[in-house]
Amino acid sequence: MEFLSYLISGISLGSVYAIIALGYTMVYGIAKMLNFAHGDVIMVGGYISLLSMTALGLPWPVAVLLAMLVCTVLGVIIEGLAYRPLRSAPSLAVLITAIGVSYFLQNSAQLLWGASPMSYTPIVSGSVQMFGGRLSISYVSLLTIAMCIVIMAGLTLFTGKSKLGKAMRACSEDKGAAQLMGINVNLTISLTFAIGSALAAIAGVLLCSFNTSLMPTTGSMPGIKAFTAAVFGGIGSIPGAFLGGILLGIIESLAKAYISTQLANSIVFAVLIITLLVRPAGLLGKYVPEKV
Amino acid sequence: MARIKSSIESPLVPMPSGAYIPERDLDKLPVLEARHLGIDFGGLTAVDDFNLVIGRTEIAGLIGPNGAGKTTVFNLLTKVYQPTRGTIMVDGKDTAGMSTVQVSKLGVARTFQNIRLFSNLSVEDNVKLGMHNQIKYGMFRGILRLPSYWKQERIAHERAMELLSIFDMQDMAEKKAGSLPYGAQRRLEIVRALGTNPNLLLLDEPAAGMNPSETAELMENIIKIRDTFQIAIMLIEHDMNLVMGICEGICVLNFGKVIAKGTPADIQSNPVVIEAYLGRKKEA
Repeated sequence: MEFLSYLISGISLGSVYAIIALGYTMVYGIAKMLNFAHGDVIMVGGYISLLSMTALGLPWPVAVLLAMLVCTVLGVIIEGLAYRPLRSAPSLAVLITAIGVSYFLQNSAQLLWGASPMSYTPIVSGSVQMFGGRLSISYVSLLTIAMCIVIMAGLTLFTGKSKLGKAMRACSEDKGAAQLMGINVNLTISLTFAIGSALAAIAGVLLCSFNTSLMPTTGSMPGIKAFTAAVFGGIGSIPGAFLGGILLGIIESLAKAYISTQLANSIVFAVLIITLLVRPAGLLGKYVPEKV
Repeated sequence: MARIKSSIESPLVPMPSGAYIPERDLDKLPVLEARHLGIDFGGLTAVDDFNLVIGRTEIAGLIGPNGAGKTTVFNLLTKVYQPTRGTIMVDGKDTAGMSTVQVSKLGVARTFQNIRLFSNLSVEDNVKLGMHNQIKYGMFRGILRLPSYWKQERIAHERAMELLSIFDMQDMAEKKAGSLPYGAQRRLEIVRALGTNPNLLLLDEPAAGMNPSETAELMENIIKIRDTFQIAIMLIEHDMNLVMGICEGICVLNFGKVIAKGTPADIQSNPVVIEAYLGRKKEA
């Protein structure tokens, strides 16, 4: 029973990672860049939702929508100001810019909202009791898992079936050819950042509901872990990000429970390293050998 | 070399500017007019003083030795490169400052020397991506599956199938583009380009890697596409049987400059062209 409860908490933690990883993987898949500021957009989402619930007294669904809106706009602005001018620059320049944007967001949050942690009231409270009270699952966990599945299904449908989703995949394969088909590549990349950032806002709300606290560096570690999850599952692949996120959450949760709380993160990264040694492109990634 | 006859055959006549155009297109606005077009890469002049007029329904050829600047001309016409000098008029409209997407919307489509399909997408999706700007529904309709989505998708599907049927490729619609045999991929690139509903179709070495019988079939199909859609086609090709067999006006490029223009018969007997291809005869 104990195991089941750790497993479920692992799955729900993994669902948060998966939602963040989906944002990473979409941006990587289409823009071919690692947006290291993604984790900090999560933090901004957390603050916006917290402030709109406490300072403005809005109900939580409205607060979540507001956080999504603000993060979407933020994501599109970041892409337009920081990344677009570097579209044809070497990828290292874009990577360093992304790290810069990440620190910029963290420090702005510190200036605006202070460095000390704020307490975050979970958007839903309470839990379901099962097996005569021996197993308790919080509503936040259930909501997180449900959200993750809905988002994953929605994205799969969107990229697989809709015109814009296919345009995204076309841009991901060959931007030049896509342009010659009349597809506006800049607009498509902006749209990708908008979707990724909206997902980051949702992840922010769920993450803060788990941690019940929020500070300017809240997004960094989950951001890095979600990136790990995306690589683990095969970066660029939507089912890969989902699978990677869930597995990472389970490994972390079980490692914490049965091995050591301190070592949990090391174990997570050790598993990543071993996986990549065996499958260099990740679990669901396709390894394409270079033609010589 | 044998000519392939089309139902709308007409002689090539000179225009006041010195350009040639099929007689039947004389009273129509030329689909493309390039004037004094040129581009420099750093200090290197890749194309210089390129002048060309293409008639509404002309099949034009662009030939020349390797490295003459043929693909560069295509890249200029599609605004992959912005020209350093000169003007490109598409449908009588000046394209100065336009992007690739805008030129595509004006009706210029192309294929590539090295195949650039979206190989992880299905054959049908590749064609539909060509039709990107003709399919009208927004993101939310796409996610929510409103009736307008289904209607637009059905129209797009029918159109894609119709285009694929030119090359008898309907039964391949579900396959991944990257899994098709080489010849089929080349044909799919043409179909995808036709999806953009072009007035001018640029084909970059359409017969590259094809065997003689495939090339013969391709020639028939290029004529068929022109006759059915009533569009202009310009092609770069090294296979002289194809060029001489279907092109009406031919333009020869060498070292970035036009060295000859005219009908296939003119070009074949032009000493400058022969020299560019084979070198000068040694004086005895």
